[in-house]
Amino acid sequence: MFAKTLLGASLLASMTLLSSAALSQTIGFSQIGSESGWRAAETTLTKQEAEKRGIDLKFSDAQQKQENQIKALRSFIAQGVDAILVAPVVATGWDAVLKEAKEAEIPVVLLDRMVDSDKDLYLTAVGSDLVHEGSVAGKWLVDTVAGKDCAVVELQGTTGSSPAIDRKKGFEQAIAGAANIKIIRSQTGDFTRAKGKEVMESFLKAENGGKNICALYAHNDDMAVGAIQAIKEAGLKPGTDILVVSIDAVPDIFQAMAAGEANATVELTPNMAGPAFDALKAYMDNGTVPPKFIQTESKLYTQKDDPAKEYEARKGLGY
Amino acid sequence: MNGTLARFGRRIAPQLVTLAVVVAMIGIVFPGFFDISIANGRLYGSPIDILNRGAPVALLAIGMTLVIATGGIDLSVGAVMAICGAIAATLIVDGYSLPATLALSLGAGLLCGLWNGLLVAVLGIQPIVATLILMVAGRGIAQLVTEGMIRTFSHHGFASLGSGNLLWLPTPVVIWVCAGILATLVVRRTALGMLIEAVGINRRASMLAGVNARLLIVTVYMVSGLCAAMAGLIVTADIRGADANNAGLFLELDAILAVVVGGTSLLGGHFSLIASLIGAMIIQAINTGILVAGFPPEFNLVIKACIVLAILVLQSPALQGAAMLFSRTKGQP
Repeated sequence: MFAKTLLGASLLASMTLLSSAALSQTIGFSQIGSESGWRAAETTLTKQEAEKRGIDLKFSDAQQKQENQIKALRSFIAQGVDAILVAPVVATGWDAVLKEAKEAEIPVVLLDRMVDSDKDLYLTAVGSDLVHEGSVAGKWLVDTVAGKDCAVVELQGTTGSSPAIDRKKGFEQAIAGAANIKIIRSQTGDFTRAKGKEVMESFLKAENGGKNICALYAHNDDMAVGAIQAIKEAGLKPGTDILVVSIDAVPDIFQAMAAGEANATVELTPNMAGPAFDALKAYMDNGTVPPKFIQTESKLYTQKDDPAKEYEARKGLGY
Repeated sequence: MNGTLARFGRRIAPQLVTLAVVVAMIGIVFPGFFDISIANGRLYGSPIDILNRGAPVALLAIGMTLVIATGGIDLSVGAVMAICGAIAATLIVDGYSLPATLALSLGAGLLCGLWNGLLVAVLGIQPIVATLILMVAGRGIAQLVTEGMIRTFSHHGFASLGSGNLLWLPTPVVIWVCAGILATLVVRRTALGMLIEAVGINRRASMLAGVNARLLIVTVYMVSGLCAAMAGLIVTADIRGADANNAGLFLELDAILAVVVGGTSLLGGHFSLIASLIGAMIIQAINTGILVAGFPPEFNLVIKACIVLAILVLQSPALQGAAMLFSRTKGQP
């Protein structure tokens, strides 16, 4: 009886040793769901980044429900993971579960979205600055038209959504110093291709068949793709007659850029996990405490950046 | 014959007047509205845009009018659009021929309608509840078909359904006008329209009189599903991609609104397809008018609501009764 227990105990001990040697780190990732192509690409890239670093990633899809995310976080804590990544579906209601993680000494990193909880409750947040994205797009236009008069039409995101408000603000800040650039029309295209096309059609009619329009700024690539079709159907050349700049860098806009029909896009990178893993590694190995907000790069892509190659690199990510 | 024509004129007069007023209002806010030119081998201008962009709601309104005439309602049409669009885009990407793709997508629409019809007519579930099931589930089905992404294609023949030309008009306009004429002929040149109205006014009485109400109800839901499938094909072909999340979103409400603006009662009974189609154009005229007028987007929905409210108040029985009373007292010596 005693010998049996001893054997069992030593077996258990050796198994624990083995597993901790084979798997350097276990990290739990609670994803919102897969409501958009961008979200799907974020999931794919997080898995890829984890594999690259030899991290054992425990993935949980919350299907847009906070209660599922809280359940996932609690189960990660119970399993004793080394760290937790979470893309919070809403901003409020995280205090209790974040405190539990803190008590268990498991660092939590927020991806892409913020929470309203006390900053001490999470290690850091990785995300993009929406205002900055808008200003990168605006700056590109200022540099491209180089002092020539330019009338801009703007396709806004869903009215009242934070990307729509911030991307508009950033663009306006960037062109504020350039008296030659003016926004003549601005309407919502609800972030969709169909509305982007319909609204662009009306802009073209309202502005002398499009002859008054020098550039289009769309708050996301999907609306730009729709608008490009409208411009073509009106007998104009998108990319030449009307400059097209948008945000997100989804695969289809690179296809349009390769065809010369779009001019520039600002990337909202779905690779939020890469910087998060790097920050976690530095924190765990050397105790380096990262800043509370790690801003991802809002990279500008133009027709010069080999759009055909970028399209090939992105099309398999699940966009 | 002359009497029927006069009666028909009186029936659609309020809708025609409303459409004229809305269009005139847009003309005041945006003077370039009536400019029509020929570009790329087709008519080009804002009025053409209204006819073109109104195509999905017009098609939905045809099916919705018949469903509402039987005393039912079909909330699932937006989701059916998404399903059929998703199926069409997926099939065309997988290399199926255009006729096969169209046949299978339209078949899927008919199947959705059959499902609704069976729930309503055979199981006796209230139409609003029965079609709510597919409204919620349908978008999920569409997302399963597209695997959660926007399925894009570059098949020229299919794309021309949404953005091509026929007889100097955008193809969607030709499609909805033909569908409207065909449906009107079928229900008005046969007894079908009268039977539908009979079922809508009193299903029990019409059954006792020998009308196969069950078959009739299943049929109108299938027609509604077919119309939704056509609308789904048009929006998918238009943007050359199936957007399961957004295709046809909330369009069931616009379709119901078109029928109501067209003067058909939600309680069922008498209906007019032509009036519903004019109703669809009124709604699209408002949408297009707001876009060309250049108001800030925050006002879009409020303006639309105010105009729709004004139209419905003018058509309300109380006000119409008062107007009739007024004209009668004036006419007396």
